[in-house]
Order: sequence, then structure tokens, then C-alpha cells
Amino acid sequence: MDLTPVWITLQLATVTTLILLLLGTPIAWWLAWSQARVRPVIEAIVALPLVLPPTVLGFYLLVMLSPETWLGGLWLKASGSALTFSFTGLVVGSVLYSLPFTVQPLQSAFMNVGRHTLEMGATLGASPIDRFINIVLPLSLRGYLVAAVLTFAHTVGEFGIVLMIGGNIPGKTQVLSIAIYEHVETIQYANAHWLSAGLLGFSFVVLLLVYTLNGRRGFRVS
Amino acid sequence: MMKTLSVQINRALPAFTLDLDTQFSLSGVTGILGPSGAGKTTLLRAIAGLDKQQTGRIQFGDALWFDSDRKMDMPTYQRAVGYVFQDARLLPFTNVAGNLRFADKRSRSRAGPINWDDVVAALDLSSLLERMPAGLSGGERQRVALARALLTRPQLLLLDEPLSANDIQRKKELLPYIRRLSTHFSVPMIYVSHALDEMVALSDRLLVLREGQSIVHDTTEAVLQRLDLPEVSAPRDAGTIFVAHVIAHDKGLQLSTLRLGRQNVFVPGLLAPVHTEVRLQIHSHDVAIALVAPTALSIRNILAGRIVDIDANPQTPYAEVLIDIEDGMLRSRITRASCIELGLAVGDEVYALIKTVSVNNTAVF
Repeated sequence: MDLTPVWITLQLATVTTLILLLLGTPIAWWLAWSQARVRPVIEAIVALPLVLPPTVLGFYLLVMLSPETWLGGLWLKASGSALTFSFTGLVVGSVLYSLPFTVQPLQSAFMNVGRHTLEMGATLGASPIDRFINIVLPLSLRGYLVAAVLTFAHTVGEFGIVLMIGGNIPGKTQVLSIAIYEHVETIQYANAHWLSAGLLGFSFVVLLLVYTLNGRRGFRVS
Repeated sequence: MMKTLSVQINRALPAFTLDLDTQFSLSGVTGILGPSGAGKTTLLRAIAGLDKQQTGRIQFGDALWFDSDRKMDMPTYQRAVGYVFQDARLLPFTNVAGNLRFADKRSRSRAGPINWDDVVAALDLSSLLERMPAGLSGGERQRVALARALLTRPQLLLLDEPLSANDIQRKKELLPYIRRLSTHFSVPMIYVSHALDEMVALSDRLLVLREGQSIVHDTTEAVLQRLDLPEVSAPRDAGTIFVAHVIAHDKGLQLSTLRLGRQNVFVPGLLAPVHTEVRLQIHSHDVAIALVAPTALSIRNILAGRIVDIDANPQTPYAEVLIDIEDGMLRSRITRASCIELGLAVGDEVYALIKTVSVNNTAVF
């Protein structure tokens, strides 16, 4: 059995998770503290992937990223390859699709830290960055762990958006879920079973991990 | 010239406007007394830079901290203040030593009388250093918070009702700690509370805040002599305070003799070494009045004085009488009935009978 899709999936999930933890931190911080009137708007946009069929998001991304548009064209000029039907395109799609799974746990972790704790840090002479690194991060460790696990797992499980943007190119954009679909289409049920059972087990372990972490006293994330 | 903290702020609060223009002396302890919701905490937070909604000007010595006209607002972490909150707000993920180290590492200057060992000793923390905050009692937590605030080497320490948490059982034991800290580490303090007894035990100067306005800002002795301030009379009076000299101990009878101006006061117990000074508090309900020097009485402390003010409040059964005993003022709370029967008037020579003298273990160093 060809395990390349497993490898591609793990790569995609790892890259997506790393990017999202970096990108999600300032977004979650802003959402946790901002009093701006546009905050609910931003919050709604971040949460969109939770309710939208992945094919809708995938369709719009496909249209936006194709080399005919200015964005896709710019990328083609800069990097020499198109965004659509490429691994990079998959990363872009996954980042958008998994955004709420990173932002929401981080946002509630930051809100849990509370204004009082930040004030205390300031009176001890800690600058805003100092406070973030030495007070907020240690207090939000569980939040980061939950965000990372959920993001990783959600990226592993995605199907529709990957199929729309990346297509089904073996060795390049064919991820686990798509490989299973193809095995079923070509009536290779044994292979489909192996991959499906693997994914099922993986998902269960991940959720078990999240709920165990979340249930620990003193570190409740939300 | 003595450095001062000059505060001129104006901020609309839901029920009234906090409107203040005053100078805080930067030595000893200044108390801000007032009922809950008088604007005390708002004032303290403005000084620390935690709130931004006010207009006005805050200047600490030569350093301008806040000036709304010039859009100048120094962030809290750059102001030389330490702050002790009502809830201790310790870092939960590290032990007591970790909490202290957090402050110590970020402290403003290494010079001065504050150092780790001294602070740990002064607040009795050596046995707590390895403990986590979650396992500490309310009083222990506040001691850690105090030590942590001191280790930032502040030039001014702000304390916001640090003893108001419900689980601080032995408040009275923490008060002397706080007073000693100010003297020992020469850190001026501004101490906010609605509890008059805390102020009496602690403060050198007192600012009474009522609905956002400063009613009086003077030495604590002077404020406690005012009969027109409900804040220092009702519901339980504070009486007045004195600084007295210990002149003798009788070891057999366990009695100390203290010199108060030209008269002597006897206090049970051997409180402080001879020739040192202690702070006495005499509650007004412990002071009775006689027109002639009484004899054959168990009360030992009988001071001669002259009535300088009488405030008979028709809403209550009581009259507050202020008696000048030459080296300070005594407050006496007697019934209005007694006041009328004795025919007391301003200028009368009387004898003040003092049932109890309490000594704040906070010896004046």
C-alpha cells in the first residue's frame, strides 16, 4: 500500500499548525481584548469555516488563487509556480479552514488570564511584551496545546477544501482523506479500511487528549 | 524641599465626579479614608496609571506621570510605584520565591535599603518560599504580595484595602508589619481603606474622601480631633491618638508608665523599652468626664484638661466632647443626658477618666 498520502497529510498538518499558532496569536489577542465595534464582525469571519461547507470555501479560494487573478498571477510571477493544485495552495486553504480551531481556544485562554493579572504584571515593572512572554504564555500553555492538537487533527481530517484547491494529484496533493475516497471509488476496500481505521483511531486519541487536558483542574481552557 | 506627589484629577463616575487637587507627602503612611464607592480605588488606580479616563495632572517629584493637556501618560510599568491589590494576584504557576523573583528581576534600581533577605525576613516568608500560591492562606498571600511589591524597589507603595479579603483572619497582626515596612525600608505609602481602625493604627496623615471630594487632608492626629466628620466618629469611634514616651516599667505589677506632655498615663503590660516612643489610641467611648478630681476609683488614668468643643447630635443619644489635655486632644463620648446634667460648656476645666488605653504595637521608631 502506498503511504505517500499519509506523509503528505502529516506535512500539511504540521506546516498549517505552525503557521496558525503564529498567525492566530495576535488575532486571538485582539479578539480577547479589543473593544472595537468591528470585533463581532472579525469574530464572525474567523468562525465562518465552522459552518460553511468546505466546498464553498474551496470554490472561492480556487477562483481567487488561480493564475488568472491578480493574486494568483502575482504568486506565479514571484515563485514560478501556480498556487492552485500545489502543496502551497493546500497550506493556504488549510490555514483559512482551520483558523477558528486555533483562534477560539487561544482567545478563551487569553480572556481567562484576565485584565487583573496584566495590571499586576505592569505594577511589577513588566512591559507589554514582557507580560505576554512571562505571564500570559505560561498561563495559556494548555490553551496553546489544545489549539495545536485541534488544528492539527482538523487539518488531517479535511476533504472538501483540499479536493477543490489541490485536486487529487498523487505524491503532490493527494492527502489521506482523498486517498480513502479514491480507494473506495476503485473498489480497493482493504486499503480504504486500513487508512480509515487508522484515521478513526488517530481522531479518537486526539479528542481523548484534548478532553483530558481540558478536564484537569486549574488549567481549564474554556 | 520634601518631594511630593501632586495629584490633580477629574473624572466623572456614575454617581458623582472624582474631583481632587492635593499634594501627598512622600514620607510615612498617608491614609485615604472613605466609605465604599467614594472614589478611593479610582484615585489609587489613576496614580498607578491603571486607569486612563481622567483628566488632570499627576506629578511625582520632578517626574511628570500624567498630563491630559499635553497628552502625556507614562505607562504603569515605567512609574516608580508598587501596588498591593485587594486580592493578592500572585502568579499561580510559580511558587512564592518565583513570585518574588519576578519582581526582583524587574526592579527599578538596586540601590537603596531594600534587598531580598531583608524583605523575606521582615515579612516572615522564609518558610513559605517553596510553597505554591494556591496553598497559602489569605494573610500569607498578602504578605507575599507586599514583599513582591517592595522588591520592585518602588519610590511609592500603593495599597488598596490589602486587608479586606474575607479570609484574612488576623488583620491586626498584619497592620504592624505594614507600618514597620514603611519606616524600615523608607518607602512612602498611600493606604486606601474604609476601616478607620486600620487608619488609626497606620497612618501619619489622613485624607478623607467623600463622594469624590477631599474633605480634609491633614495629620491623623488633627483629623481625629475633628468632631464634624462622620467618617471619624460613626458608627464606632476611633478616639484620638498620641505619641507617648515610655518612662518606667514596674516588672512586679506589670505596668508601664508613659509620659504624655506633662501628665502620666499607666498602661498594663511591658510594651516597649524605656525611653522609646509608642503610639497610643484612646477611644472616645472609653473616656468619661468628671467635674472634680475623683478619688477612690479603680481607674488609674485621670487627666486634667479643658473642653474645647462639644458636638451634641440630636439624632443620637450621644455628645462628643473634645478635651485639650495640653499635649493633645482627647475625645469623649458621653450621653447627651450627662452633658446636660453636668452643664458642660466649652472652656470648662474637667477631668478625663480613661478606662482603656490601647497601644498600637507599632512602636514609632
